[in-house]
Order: sequence, then C-alpha cells, then structure tokens
Amino acid sequence: PNPHPPLTCLLLCCPLQDIRNTVGNIPMEWYQDFPHIGYDLDGKKIYKPIRNKDELDMFLEKMENPDYWRTVQDKMTGADIKLTDEQVDLVHRLQRGQFGDVHFNPYEPAVDFFTHEVMIHPVTNRPADKRSFIPSLIEKEKVSKLVHAIKMGWIKPRKPKDDSPSYYDLWAHEDPNSILGRHKMHVPAPKMKLPGHEESYNPPPEYLLSEEEKLAWEQQEVAERKLNFVPQRFGSLRQVPAYSRFIHERFERCLDLYLCPRQRKMRVNVNPEDLIPKLPKPRDLQPFPTTQALIYRGHSSLVRCLSISPSGQWLVSGSDDGTVRFWEVCTARCMKTLPVGGVVKSIAWNPNPTICLVAICVEQSVLLVNPCLGDKLLYGATDQLLESYVAPEEERVQPVRWVTATAEEHSKGIRLDIQHSKAVKQVTWHSKGDYLASVVSDNSSMQVLIHQSSKRWSQSPFHKSKGMVQVVLFHPTRPYFFVATQRYVRVYNLLKQELTKKLMTNCKWVSSMAIHPGGDNIICGSYDSKLAWFDLDLSTRPYQLLRHHKRALRSVAFHRRYPLFASGSDDGSVIVCHGMVYNDLLQNPLLVPVKVLKGHVITLDLGVLDVLFHPTQPWVFSSGADGTIRLYT
Amino acid sequence: RRLCILKGIYPHEPKHKKKVNKGSTAPRTFYLLKDIKFLLHEPIVNKFREYKVFVRKLRKAYGKSEWGTVERLKDNKPTYRLDHIVKERYPTFIDALRDLDDALSMCFLFSTFPRTGKCHVQTVQLCRRLAVEWLNYIIASRSLRKVFLSIKGIYYQAEVLGQPITWITPYTFAHDHPTDVDYRVMATFTEFYTTLLGFVNFRLYHSLNLVYPPKIDGQADTELKPTEGKEYAMDSESYLEKLSALSASLARVVAPAHEDEVEMDEFPVEGETSEEMDTRKKEQEALEKQKKLFEGLRFFLSREVPREPLAFIIRCFGGQVSWDKSLCIGATYGVSDPSITHHIVDRPRPEPQLVGRCYLQPQWVFDSVNAKMCLPVADYFPGVLLPPHLSPFVTEQEGDYVPPEKLKLLALQRGENPDEESEEEEEEEEEEEDGNDKEEEEDEDESEKEEEMKLKKMEEQKTQSNKALPVKVTAGKVRLEDRKRLEQEQQSEEKRLAIMMMKKREKYLYKKIMFGKKRKVREANKLAAKRKAHDTAVKEEKKKSKKARRA
Repeated sequence: PNPHPPLTCLLLCCPLQDIRNTVGNIPMEWYQDFPHIGYDLDGKKIYKPIRNKDELDMFLEKMENPDYWRTVQDKMTGADIKLTDEQVDLVHRLQRGQFGDVHFNPYEPAVDFFTHEVMIHPVTNRPADKRSFIPSLIEKEKVSKLVHAIKMGWIKPRKPKDDSPSYYDLWAHEDPNSILGRHKMHVPAPKMKLPGHEESYNPPPEYLLSEEEKLAWEQQEVAERKLNFVPQRFGSLRQVPAYSRFIHERFERCLDLYLCPRQRKMRVNVNPEDLIPKLPKPRDLQPFPTTQALIYRGHSSLVRCLSISPSGQWLVSGSDDGTVRFWEVCTARCMKTLPVGGVVKSIAWNPNPTICLVAICVEQSVLLVNPCLGDKLLYGATDQLLESYVAPEEERVQPVRWVTATAEEHSKGIRLDIQHSKAVKQVTWHSKGDYLASVVSDNSSMQVLIHQSSKRWSQSPFHKSKGMVQVVLFHPTRPYFFVATQRYVRVYNLLKQELTKKLMTNCKWVSSMAIHPGGDNIICGSYDSKLAWFDLDLSTRPYQLLRHHKRALRSVAFHRRYPLFASGSDDGSVIVCHGMVYNDLLQNPLLVPVKVLKGHVITLDLGVLDVLFHPTQPWVFSSGADGTIRLYT
Repeated sequence: RRLCILKGIYPHEPKHKKKVNKGSTAPRTFYLLKDIKFLLHEPIVNKFREYKVFVRKLRKAYGKSEWGTVERLKDNKPTYRLDHIVKERYPTFIDALRDLDDALSMCFLFSTFPRTGKCHVQTVQLCRRLAVEWLNYIIASRSLRKVFLSIKGIYYQAEVLGQPITWITPYTFAHDHPTDVDYRVMATFTEFYTTLLGFVNFRLYHSLNLVYPPKIDGQADTELKPTEGKEYAMDSESYLEKLSALSASLARVVAPAHEDEVEMDEFPVEGETSEEMDTRKKEQEALEKQKKLFEGLRFFLSREVPREPLAFIIRCFGGQVSWDKSLCIGATYGVSDPSITHHIVDRPRPEPQLVGRCYLQPQWVFDSVNAKMCLPVADYFPGVLLPPHLSPFVTEQEGDYVPPEKLKLLALQRGENPDEESEEEEEEEEEEEDGNDKEEEEDEDESEKEEEMKLKKMEEQKTQSNKALPVKVTAGKVRLEDRKRLEQEQQSEEKRLAIMMMKKREKYLYKKIMFGKKRKVREANKLAAKRKAHDTAVKEEKKKSKKARRA
C-alpha cells in the first residue's frame, strides 16, 4: 500500500465534493479567460465560483475566519476547501520529512540472509562435481610442456645476478683511428697542485704562521687565500688528526672538473732582458752633455725663458722678478741686468749674427733691446739699422703701435717698443732676423702677429681663430710658418698664403715646439708628459711618441749642429736624446735617449721651465723654477 | 649533469665573451654546441631513460603494494656499463694513466666511507677492492717513488709506465660528513672512476703477468692458512682482507723466470752525448738502488702505528713487515722474532727494548724513501724531537728559499759526512743567505745606490784632484774599484735609458715580470729571516738551559 498518496488525490477524496473535473492533468491557465473551469462527469461546464474578493476582503477574511490558515483553493474547481485535522497532520509530517503513514517504522531490526560466520552445512544441497576430484587435463598439458622445455634446455633457471663488474683488456687494440678529432682539441684537466713544505705535519719552523699572519689569513676572503689551510706542527705522527675539509676538497675538485671552463692560456715565458730594445750605446753617440758644469745664479724668482746669441757667447734670461739678465756663457758672470717692470714671458735673440737685437715679451709689449755686448761695430751697426728707418708717407692701419724708446730707455738699451692690445705670450724671430712673430693670449683672430722690424709694420696673418695658439715658429729655411694650438700643429705656407698641413699631436695640450735645423722634423712637448716627434715627410701623425718624463713637459729644444734634442719637465729633469735624421729618405730617424740630467730643485711644483742648446757646442742650458740657470756640458 | 660528468664534457671560455653573451657581461657558463650534440648521440642516454621508467614503475608498484611486481621489476632492473665511455675518453692506455690521479684519490676516499648512509655499500666495497688491487700492483711493480705526510693526508707518488701518478689518502679516522657537499655528484664521478680504475688495474696486472683478480701466491697462501683464526668465517671476505694486509706476494700467471735480472741493452740514442748517457745511466742505477732500499730489512709495526701505509711503503721497497697477530690478519712473525732489524713505534717511552733492533718513529720510513737512502737513525729514536718532514715534491729553483734541512739532506745524498761538516755548512749557509740578502737589497735599492754612487764618485773625483796623488798604492786600488763601479753604473744607466724607450705594452709586461720576481725574492727573504730568528731563539734557549744545568 502506498503510504503517502498524492495531496491532490486526498483533496479530491473529500466526501463533500461531488464535482469532478474531467479536464485531466492540464495547466489550468488555459481556462483563465473562460467563465468555466472544466467539465463534470456529465459533460456540463463547471463554472468558476464567483470571486469578487478584493484585497480588503481577503484581509478581513484572514482576520475573521479562524480556519483561514487551513483553507486551500482547489485549482481544478476553484473552490475553497477547508482541510481536516488528519490532512493538516499529514502535511506537517511531510514537511518534517517523515513518512506519511503514522504507523510505519523505518528502523526495524535487519535480518541477514547469509551470516558472516562459516556454517558447517552447505548453503545448497548440491553434491560436489566429479571434476573436483580428478586432476586437470589442461594443467597437466601445460606442466608437461614446461617440463619438456626444461628437459630440452629451452628454459633455464634464472641465474643469480652478479653485479660485480667484469673487467677485460679494454685497450687490447689501441687503434690510432679511434682517436677522435675531439681529442685533439681536448684540454686535459690540470693536475692538482702538489704539496709544499708548509703542508707537512712537521714542517720547518719558518713555514709556520705567526700570530699576525694567522690573523691576516683568517680575515682574508676564502678565494684570496694563498694557502687553503693553516700550517701546523705535530710532534709525532700519532698526534695528527683527520683533516676536516678532506671531503670538501675532493668535492671542490669534482666541481672544478666538470664545471670550470677550460682554456688554453699561453704562458708568457719571456726573458725580461729580451724585452729591452737593443739600442746603440750612448757612449757611441757622443758628444752630448753629461755633467753639470756651471750654475748661473742671480734671479730671485723663477726663470721663465732663455735665449742665446748666435755666436754662443752671451746668454739672456727672463725671469718672474721683472728683470732680464745678460750672462757671459763661459764664466757665468752676469754682464747686465735690465729691469723691465713685469714678468718676462718670452725672450728671443735675433738669430742673424750681424744684428745684435733681443726681443723681450713684457706684459702687453714686445721690447726690442740692443744689449750692447760684444763687438762694438756690430751693435753700433744694429743701432744704425734701426735709426735708418724712414716713416712712410701714408700711415697704415696697424694692429699694434710702434713706439721708439725714450732717451732714458735708450740708455738702458731699449730701442723699440711694440705695444699690443693684450698681453703677449711668445715672440720668435725669423732666421733672417728681420721678421718676428708674436703670440697674444687672446682667443680672437688677432692672436698671431708678424712684425717687420726694419719697416716697423705689423700684420695679422689669419682671418679666423682656430683655437688657442700656444707656440709659433718660423721654418729655418723655407717660407713656412708653424702654429701650434692645443691639439694640432698647423703648417702654413707664407708665400702662397695657405694651409699646407695639419699635424695631429695625439696630446691633450701642447706646451712647446721645436723644429729640426733641417726643417723636416718637429718635436712637440705637451703638458700630459708626452713628446711627439713628427716627420713631416712621413705623415701627419707622430712618428714616435716618447713618454720619458713623469710630469708635464715645459720646453723642448733642438741642437743646431749635433743630432741632439732635449726636453725639460716639471719633474726637474732634462732628458737629452740623440735624434739622428738621415739624408736618405728611406731611413727613419733614430731616437735614443742618452742622458737624464738632474739638478734643478722643484719649487712650487715646477721644475725645469726652459731648455736651450748652445749654438755650436754640445752644451745644454736649462732654467728652472728655483731661480737658477744651469749649464750641462 | 650526470652525462657531462661521465663523458668529461666541460664548459669553454669563449673568445669574445660579450659577443656570445649577447652584449651582457654577466657571468655564464658556455658549452660548445658540438659537445652538446655529442652528448645527444650517446647510447647511454637511452639507458638512463629506461632507468627513469623503471624507477617510476617501481614507485607505482610500491604504492599499490604489489610485492610480486616489485620483485619482478627489481629482478629486471636495467643496468648500464661505462666501458665504451672509458674507451672513448681514453683512446690509449697512457691517456688513462695520465688522468688516474683524481680517480685514485676518489677511490681511496670512498673506500674509507662507512658502509651505511651516504652511498651504496657496493660502491664502497668496490672502491676498497680496487684500491687494494692498486696497492698490490704498486708493491709488485715496486713503482712507488715519493711519499709525504701532510696535515691533509698521505700523498703517494708512483711512476707507472713513465707517468707520475700522485694520489692522496686520508688518515684513517671517521669522517664527519659535511652537509654542504652533494654526494650524488661525487658518486657519479666515483662510478666512472671505478670503471676506469678496474680496467687500468686489469691491464697493469697483465703487464706484470699477474693473475687478475689478484690471488695470493700459492706458497704464501698455505703459510697463511694455519695462522688464520676461527674468527674469519666468511672465506670471500677474509680474502679481501688478506689481500689488503699487503703482506703476501701475488700469484703470477707465468712463473718469474728471472726476467728482471736481464740487463737492459743499451741503445745509444743519436744526438746524445756521452755525458747525457752517463747521467741517464746514473739515474737508472739510483732508481734501481731506491727500489731495493729496504731489501733484507725486517720491520715490525707496533700497534699504534698506521699499519696500512707503512706496510705498503716498506713492502714497496723490498722490506719484510709484520705486526701484532691480533691487530690484523696476515702477520708473518711475532714481536720477539730475533731477526727483526727495525721496530717502528710511535710512543714516547717504548716497553722494554730488545737488543739487536732499532726502535724508530714512523717518519724515518717516509724520510728514507724520499731521500732514496737509509737515513741515520739517531734523529728518529722514540721520544726524540723529530727533524722537520720536508715535501719531496718541491724542487727548488734558483733564487727560491731552500730550508737548511734540505741542504743537509742534499749533502748527505752527495755522500758527505754531516756530523763533521754540519757546523761549517750552517755557517756557509748563513753566509750564503747573507750574500743573497745583500744582492737582493742591491736589486731593490739599485736606483738609490746609483745616485749615492754618483755623488760618491763625484766626491772622489774632487778629492782625487785635490789630493793630487798622495799615496801611490792605494790610489791604484781605488781606481780599479772605481772602474768596475763606473762600468756597472754605466750599464745600469744604459738599461734604464733603454727601458725608457720600450713600447707601452712591452713596458707593462716587463714591469709585471720584474714585480713578480721581486715578490718571489721578498718571500724567500721573509722565510729566511723567520728561520734565522727561530734559530737564534732556539740557541739562546739552549744556552739558558745549559747555564741552568750548570747552576
């Protein structure tokens, strides 16, 4: 019996209801728009009960009717049905998930059909088969097959496994063809370093580390240590303990073997003596100055510049103490002192032996001084030459002013004063002795000026400034003009008035320049302690860059007759080099340092300020920041 | 990684690191593409894959607890052999010998590992077996050359087929296993090394007509049998132990037919002068002599002495050795045997001494081997302060520091009597050292000295001119010196000028070389100074103690 009949069925079973709808199980919405709701058993329409209840009615009914909560609308008939107590009870039980039937017990004791206990009697009463008493034929067949196979030796018992490896002569046939190409490029692992005395358990006492060394060892990085252990001494073998890092070391070796990149390194095994170039011995290159012969004392401040008369008898020096001194070379006697009232930046003796004239740069002017030394005829002739100047009719516009000296000045020896607009840095004579060039410390196009002393007129040769001009020079024989800016040396042809060459010095800041008397070679000294030798025929780059000095070069000089050049530097030394230039164009110049001359005391971080060769003798003068001039012979 | 280890593939340093590394300079390891391709073609890769599958299957079977499957799988465990890799890496036997250093050291280390933990028992046993075989071979061929007791372990150097092979064995103590070591890497290396060593051993044994795997000589075996106690139950185990006792000679395939005594025919090599021949001959004679260093001597090892290394060394040089019966199997004679000549002890005060034998500390054996002669025993009596133990691997070049003990040893080898000359030698040494010091100082202070010398010279010139021939004889002498000095000075100046003219790169190299040389000299000086200080300190102490005694 069905314990819980459907609710609708229960409702339909109400005794009060005769009306049965025959529409079946259809959605009742279909009858929504009709007055009836279905048909009864006789086929007559069942009309919907008249419902005109509104919300208020509903509410009133809800409040007033005590049975409202058990009143349900029948969907099929549209009538209201009041549920009985049994029906309400049933609904409650269903809502609680209980069985509909009050009397149904879901927890009746279970009774097993088969128990877990083994029974002595069979469950079935069937007698056992015959085949369970006789051996199986199929099995027999299988076993006999196996037995046959064993007998015939087709099946062998499993051998006990021998896991110890077997060895044989692996290299019995060493076949050179089997050596692969790989082995040619194979880099065998380097062997471990063999132990030295310090690793011994009983090393000589000198190999034991002292306390300080031990401390240093402990503070070093592991990778930086020279020894990876501390040497120890044990009195006898029985006291030696196990080395605690043994396994580590083996492991590190293993890691090295398979993780370290290997590379063949060419070990430089050069005898250091072979590296030293073979140069001709300085003794074979004599003469050159070797010892300090004379010291010219007198200046109270640093001596900036030196010049020598073409005869080699007189020396002139300009100093920061505002004086120019004339010396006799052989005796170191100061012949004359000329106070000029300013720092003397540069000084140049006229190279023409028939003219006795010195150009001195003092602040904004270049003084032409007749020192009145030597042959009276000679310096008299010079004065006459200067006085023979006749002013031209028309005044030309000049960048400088030519001023004739006053009487007082004339008595001192000053003849002419070329007044520039700015401070003059350097002055240099042409070898003929008529033209002189001056450099103004300025950044305009008027930096370089060329003056003609006999006609007393000046010109500025350049239209455009190409950087700070450091030094200018005249070519000794040909009409060339050298202008050194900070990094480059420009060579101008004065006749054609054009740039012929631009030399790269490879230096940061050129300080000085000198030209070989042959005119084909130039040396440039620079503040970054380099000396560049240019061969003008060869290229615009230095033929050789010499780094002999430790500090900035201040001046360089060529000897007029001997193949010598010298360089003076802030480190207080003068290095004399042999610089042989061959007439043969195929042979490159030979440069050999022959002597390092020391003597100047470094004052104010300055050493040698100017070097100068004697015109005829292999002597070199150097002026230094210590206020002395020294002659090396 | 394992493949790289087995196949001996190592990274390479590229020529243009930045180019290879795509512009970055971060440190990376680079392998050659060719090497990687080479690895891919290796048949063992498939075996590794099979093994991986096997492990997976086994784990699964364990997880399902299917014990039958586990058994079956274990029975069919895939194995691989490394023979072909050995052959491929070392196409010739000499190549293999050359790389034997690490293999031996590793095998000796693994053979000291405990049988539990860290690695397979089989590996340890195999390593032990191979190591013992190797030692036996060295004894049989008498090819040991040098031994060294260091604080790390004992170094041995043998010469096999002209190849020096060095290996290190740790002292026999339990290892405290470090945690930061990857034992799998070591095990992989050992796997390869054992294979290599096995094949090498096989080949070496056959080259000496010995049976491989080694068997103890028949007669010795029978001699040993009765001594063998009941405590050795397992025959197979005791065999290895007997072998490792190193006391018996090995069985030969062919009976030794006095091959050794046949002198080598001399084949004069062209272009070799007679002097070179002589030196070679002398060297060979010395070698032969060294091989028979302990011949006829009978040693007894006390129980506190490390038995294996000493037995090995003594047997390598032809001596007979025995030890206490309870210490190890293989003892041939007892303590009280009157024929014992040397008794090695390592305790400060030995028990009642027997007459007719020398009681010595073990260092005597090592030092004698290194000196290639039996050293005077007086320095090595028990309880005596031992002379320093020097490394035989150091060959001093010119300018290196040589400890005075080594000089003494060299003198001994030359056959001079040390007792008479020792003092003189010491003086000489000191003088030598002084001389060295002077030279070095000169090197260092060359430039300064030159300047000084210049000044001196100038002064001298002045004084000479001033004095104007005061004394004839002395003047001449002074001049001579002057000339020498002048020459030196000139030469050094020339050198300096020439150095100035060097190119930048060469100058750099030159300076580096000179710096290295100077550093070497400095180190040698430091050692010498330390030694001097030590010696003086010791002397003073001695004097003090003497005074104390007198008082």
